[in-house]
Amino acid sequence: MSEYSVLDHEMVPKHEIMDESEVKSLLKKYKITLEELPKIKASDPVVVAIGAKIGDVLKITRKSPTGGIAFYYRLVIED
Amino acid sequence: MNYSPPKRIDEIRFGLLSPQEIRDMSVVRIITPDTYDEDGFPIDMGLMDPRLGVIDPGLRCKTCGGRAGECPGHFGHIELVAPVVHVGYVRLIRSLLRAICRECSRLLLTDEVRDHYLHKIKELKKIKRPIDDVVREVFFEARKNTICPHCGAEQREIKYEKPTSFYEGEERLMPTEIRSRFEKMIDEDILAVGMDPKRARPEWMILTVLPVPPVTVRPSITLESGQRSEDDLTHKLVDIIRISQRFQENKEAGAPQLIIEDLWELLQYHVTTYLDNEVAGVPPARHRSGRPLKTLSQRLKGKEGRFRGSLSGKRVNFSARTVISPDPNLSINEVGVPLDIATELTVPMHVTPFNIEECKEYVRRGSKHPGANYVVRPDGRRVKILDTNADEIVEMLEPGWIVERHLKDGDIVLFNRQPSLHRPSIMAHEVKVLPGKTFRLNLAVCPPYNADFDGDEMNLHALQTLEAQAEAWILMRVQENILSPRFGGPIIGGIHDHVTGLFLLTNGEKKFSKRDFVELLKKCDIEIKLPEPAGYEDEKPYWTGKQAFSMILPNDFSILYKNGLCQRCSECKKEKCENEAYVVIENGELKCGAIDKKGIGAFEGLILDRIVKEYSSSDAARFINNFTLLSIRSIMHFGFSFGLKDEDIDHTAKAQIAEVIREAEDRVARLIDAYKNGELEPAPGRTIEETLELRIMEELGKARDSAGKIAGKQMGMTNPAVIMARSGARGSMLNLTQIAACVGQQSVRGERIRRGYRDRTLPHFEQGDLGAEAHGFVKRGYKEGLSPIEYFFHAIGGREGLVDTAVRTSQSGYLQRRLINALQDLEVEYDGGVRETRGVVVQFLYGEDGVDPAKSDHASPEVIKSIVSDVVGKDLEKVV
Repeated sequence: MSEYSVLDHEMVPKHEIMDESEVKSLLKKYKITLEELPKIKASDPVVVAIGAKIGDVLKITRKSPTGGIAFYYRLVIED
Repeated sequence: MNYSPPKRIDEIRFGLLSPQEIRDMSVVRIITPDTYDEDGFPIDMGLMDPRLGVIDPGLRCKTCGGRAGECPGHFGHIELVAPVVHVGYVRLIRSLLRAICRECSRLLLTDEVRDHYLHKIKELKKIKRPIDDVVREVFFEARKNTICPHCGAEQREIKYEKPTSFYEGEERLMPTEIRSRFEKMIDEDILAVGMDPKRARPEWMILTVLPVPPVTVRPSITLESGQRSEDDLTHKLVDIIRISQRFQENKEAGAPQLIIEDLWELLQYHVTTYLDNEVAGVPPARHRSGRPLKTLSQRLKGKEGRFRGSLSGKRVNFSARTVISPDPNLSINEVGVPLDIATELTVPMHVTPFNIEECKEYVRRGSKHPGANYVVRPDGRRVKILDTNADEIVEMLEPGWIVERHLKDGDIVLFNRQPSLHRPSIMAHEVKVLPGKTFRLNLAVCPPYNADFDGDEMNLHALQTLEAQAEAWILMRVQENILSPRFGGPIIGGIHDHVTGLFLLTNGEKKFSKRDFVELLKKCDIEIKLPEPAGYEDEKPYWTGKQAFSMILPNDFSILYKNGLCQRCSECKKEKCENEAYVVIENGELKCGAIDKKGIGAFEGLILDRIVKEYSSSDAARFINNFTLLSIRSIMHFGFSFGLKDEDIDHTAKAQIAEVIREAEDRVARLIDAYKNGELEPAPGRTIEETLELRIMEELGKARDSAGKIAGKQMGMTNPAVIMARSGARGSMLNLTQIAACVGQQSVRGERIRRGYRDRTLPHFEQGDLGAEAHGFVKRGYKEGLSPIEYFFHAIGGREGLVDTAVRTSQSGYLQRRLINALQDLEVEYDGGVRETRGVVVQFLYGEDGVDPAKSDHASPEVIKSIVSDVVGKDLEKVV
């Protein structure tokens, strides 16, 4: 069996690690703290695949039946 | 006045009561099982000790000096002679016994392993996450070790026997032994099993002292005969003290171990049932009458328990409930209230210099309908208005008083039908006081309440403040709820006769004389400006039904849609559609097409939808009122009834249907032959047997459909059942097919009926018969009547349907309850995102598109289309 990446799967939306300034403006936009973001465990296959570390914020670009393209942001936490 | 600002709760902690804590909060140690002496006075140190609080009015509490109502009651305690297990914690006790050493009471894990788990728990607590999984792992790992890593003692198997006994090997573990093992546990070990040694030491799960709740918690009631009847809890406590005493006596007398153990077991039983009388394996403690006692756990649990029954929901004043019945003459915004209810429910009216005369008149009339029941003086005292003191009160009445006057026409009240599944289950209506004993409502508001009149009852709540009335008027009035918050379409609209009536009126060219035309519209709230007659017949002018409907439309209203009659022809004939399926309304005039359920019906009415969105809710309400009145006049004009005769079909049609079914049966027989000869080609992914079943079902389904078509063609658009089915008012063509032509295949779990005897459904058939008849195909219709065998198959299929509905309603109800409980605190913020109570984001944009479904068009944001067509000029063609 050959190695494959979860990122290649159709059902896995695009995950990107956001840089610090992006995170800052995101938190400012929603007037929230880092802790108030939805979480994702560091052991999540997608987190492992893109090599995100605890404390990183992921930007997820999903296809949405209602909104076309929807963005979601998740904070990587220890599991 | 003392004002303290609202405070924020940071944390709620739960723990166990330690024996010391129980003694500290106790005001008296209870030692006698008796309650009252012969003179009816509570006995000191008995279960009704006056220090425990007061329930009799007039007396004062011996502890706090408060009167009944002021004194909250005070706890006492019972010193148990021997420790007993708390039933609520047996599972934890079991896990813990298995996880600690029998000799040294240390957790059966090395310190390194334990500290690893301890660290994990600490981390989880820091981010406020449940620690259950880690704790479960600790128990699991600790149990595996059969030799204590600390003292090297060999561990023995701990057996648990329901409900409260533990055995170590063959030996019974008495609560004293369990307790002493737990006492020796060290704090770090306790933390590792998820308990807090400061607030909940494990030995506290073994009771040595029992708190006695204050008398206010278990009030005794005096019966009419003067006899006192004690609360269930008091009875249970009496039992506990009695056994305690007997135990003590026997122990002191040096009774044999066997007797002592029996008494211990009995004490355990009483304490167990005192805490929870529904423990599995324990016979419930019963009252003398045989009724099971309602003890502590029963008070809290379930639908009528403290949480669901007394805290989340309670009974309210200023409400009424009665049977509902229809009244087509009421507006959709109104509710008919029986006079008896209107004289009982009141609304407070603040007396001012401007309304004092009006108030006085109400007081003077007293209990005669638009009167009043009570007045409230400025000092807060309520005075009942009687015939004898009415004049006196009128004299005293001045600004600052409050008159509680009867409900009268125009008052705003809330109207509700259970189950309150969605927002429009409670709407605000205007009161209309009517004679009779039922609430009356307009038929168009039945769909949101899901009400009918087979004995349904509804509740009414009279609003008590002007703020509440204003809020209800603006947000909750029926007309403000025409559009569903679920999908943005109308959920209030025409039903049954409204649809039939307007369909009869607008389908084809119906001619009316001037007199009949005006008659149709005379009850409607419109300006009757007779249009130009549609034509002349015998020199006399006539008007059409379409013109009548146009009269109630707003003057500049335009719409174009295809109604339910549309056959989806490959090429649309548009205005020339012979089915009247192409509806065009231009500038308030119905040019062509018939009005059916798609136009004005609840849940899909397109005309209604446009009027609410483009005009106003008031216009929509008036339109609904008008078309209900018009449609009823119309259906009365034409006359509409349905009888057995309407299900008749003639001989030729009958013969045709029989022929169709015979052919289908032949084809089924051929399929079976092909199968037996092994000539059947299996469908992809299916076995040959499955393929055969599928093909047979398909053939028989087709047969029923063509039988239905023959019957439908026979009956035609003059048949009332066809009119109702086609217009969408009630019933379907399938219903009609089943009555007149052929009921069709009966099924269980989507398959033909197969169960029964060995290889056959009934003994009337050969074994292995695969034919249509042998597996539940009903070829006759309901009118003709079913054969006994068909009848039996029909009953099988029918039963499945009934069971399905019963199961589905209960399951979906519970599913919805869980969903609502989980989602009720979510909030959409001004930035369009969804947050929960802690402020954690759930969605960054509500629904991922930020659209309020109530303001969308049937859940799609297609409003844009109609806006474009409006701006570009009424280019109706492009819209469709």
